[in-house]
Amino acid sequence: MLEAIRDAMSTAMDHDDKVMVLGQDVGRLGGIFRATDGLLAKFGAKRVVDMPLAEGVIVGSALGLAVSGLKPIAEIQFLGFAQQAFHQIVQQVARMRYRSRGRFAASMVIRTPFGGGGKTPELHSDAIEAMFVQAHGLKVVAPSTPYDAKGMLLSAINDPDPVLFCEPLRGYRLFKGEVPSGLYESDIGRASVVRDGRDVTLVAWSAAVNLALQAADALSAEGIQATVVDVRSLLPLDVGTLIPAVERTGRCVVIHEAPLTAGFGAEIVATLAKEAFYSLQAPIERVTAPDAPYPLPAGELMYIPSIDRVLAAVRQTMDT
Amino acid sequence: MRTKKASAASDSFLVCVPQFRHSTEPVAPWRLLDPQGHLAEGCISPLSDDAILRALRLMMLSRAFDHQAISFQRQGRFGTFSAVHGQEASVVGSALALDPSRDWIVPQYRELPALLNHGLPLESFILYFKGHPRGGAIPDGVRSLPIQISLAAQLPHAVGLAWGLQLQGIDAAVLTYCGDGASSEGDFHESCNLAGVVKAPVIFFLQNNGWAISTPRAKQSAARTFAERAPGYGFDGVVVDGNDLFAVYAATRAAVDRARSGLGPTLIESQTYRLAAHNTSDDPTRYIDADAHNAHKDFDPIIRVQRYLAARGSWNQRTESDVQKDVSKAIDEAFAKAFAMPPPTPEDLFRNIYAELTQRQIQQLRERASGISQPKMA
Repeated sequence: MLEAIRDAMSTAMDHDDKVMVLGQDVGRLGGIFRATDGLLAKFGAKRVVDMPLAEGVIVGSALGLAVSGLKPIAEIQFLGFAQQAFHQIVQQVARMRYRSRGRFAASMVIRTPFGGGGKTPELHSDAIEAMFVQAHGLKVVAPSTPYDAKGMLLSAINDPDPVLFCEPLRGYRLFKGEVPSGLYESDIGRASVVRDGRDVTLVAWSAAVNLALQAADALSAEGIQATVVDVRSLLPLDVGTLIPAVERTGRCVVIHEAPLTAGFGAEIVATLAKEAFYSLQAPIERVTAPDAPYPLPAGELMYIPSIDRVLAAVRQTMDT
Repeated sequence: MRTKKASAASDSFLVCVPQFRHSTEPVAPWRLLDPQGHLAEGCISPLSDDAILRALRLMMLSRAFDHQAISFQRQGRFGTFSAVHGQEASVVGSALALDPSRDWIVPQYRELPALLNHGLPLESFILYFKGHPRGGAIPDGVRSLPIQISLAAQLPHAVGLAWGLQLQGIDAAVLTYCGDGASSEGDFHESCNLAGVVKAPVIFFLQNNGWAISTPRAKQSAARTFAERAPGYGFDGVVVDGNDLFAVYAATRAAVDRARSGLGPTLIESQTYRLAAHNTSDDPTRYIDADAHNAHKDFDPIIRVQRYLAARGSWNQRTESDVQKDVSKAIDEAFAKAFAMPPPTPEDLFRNIYAELTQRQIQQLRERASGISQPKMA
């Protein structure tokens, strides 16, 4: 996964000398996860910039760089830390096109890993993606596979609008898959049906897609065939793919790592409750973190969704 | 008890201590033109008489616009608005130091004449403060970012923009405005810090007008001046008399030249005074002492320039009345144009959010465009 992300940046920088990378430790260290490893040597210190430790000005200056005609990719080390740049992302980056009445576009990418299971210190694992989904003007995406990570990152770099690119921290080294070399794009704003099954539809994004696929394998052994939808893009949300995928089975379980209350699952369930109402055979279940702050790491396996809880939720919906 | 003893001991015997000392000597702002309109000894005007007349017209236009806008606001025809009144030399002097064909302005919201000088049509500004969703549009070729409401949030953009121009080898400077209040925001610190590190060709033009709504300057910072924060970021700062058109212009011009020649950022603290209320919703009588406030009227930046020109024979009642008529006409025309704008439509709610509308936005626009009667603009 990490290699795919690095490959996307390197490929984009090869093809367009306006693309630059900025963030904490992205230069000589190659990023704390090595996502930018080798980029400084290849592209130089003007295009791969180690920034002062300040998320607000990393994002805010990237907006200025974008206005100047460059294409910045800003790295925030963890999505939880993006709260230090919340006002820049939500008020400023997301609204530059709107506030300038179309004169300036904030064509830029903010890359950041999120989610738990990495035994990280406090505040490093928060899944706060839903907090950014009311920032209309911003796109919020969360790929789950190396193929999509590269394709969607290349698309994000070329997107005329700003993209918050949320990467699965747990999957950086765990998630593997074939990735074509060179340029290709994966649509931003499109969900993908990654597995077809007639009985129940599992809806997830980022690392939770992996969990959904594991659950689908286990369910298959019990004779339950699951469809798995990888939402991929939270904003905009691809309701055109989501709704028929749930209508086909009539049953749905939404999985995410954020707490239950007002998590992005709430938006999906509300949408399905209206748009797929006549097809639903059972109440929609949600498997989420509890309404609690992300715990210190010894507690995280109780906190984030587990395969057992997904299977229990599916059985609940099948029994109705 | 133990602590007390230890502390007493350190008071008595700790003789090797670092020097904790900063200067508290008052800093006089740099000034070229005194309130009577006299040039400082040995100085010449940094502006030609023609340029001074242009500056004066812009300052008078700004003052007249404030009066007109407040009057319309009181009649319910204009929105909440922050007057420039008292700060005209500060805004105009700094703006004139820029070349609109290459330099950029990253404004806050109290800098109307700077935006006009840079090419923003007055009707666009009026439309914004009238509250029309199409207001504030910046025409192609005008090198200004939008008016900023979130204080200091524009400063990172200014640094990024200046740095980006520099990276692309474009010979230009960026001037950004903020106030004494905004300088307390984290974005001020983060921006100055980054600007120093990358040597961005940016000028932080800090208008210290004495007040952040009701919070006086003394409660904003214990620092002697705001300008002296600059060395902490590795660049230079200067305090200028913000009611002196010449000093503001000359200091900014020097900072622009430094920026363009690769010497990096400058922080200019322009010490001026807000003769107006914070905005049309504010009531300064609740927090400003009337006598102290009125004393500032003796330092009116417009009268100072008029006195200078009068002494040179380039200003009299007739020229003043001509300029008044000229600016009134320009203001009336701009208001007429802005007021003729049709009321907003549902499309205005969705315009310029993304390059293309999302599936959901298309549906939401359709709902709003059908059946619901159009609200009327006030």
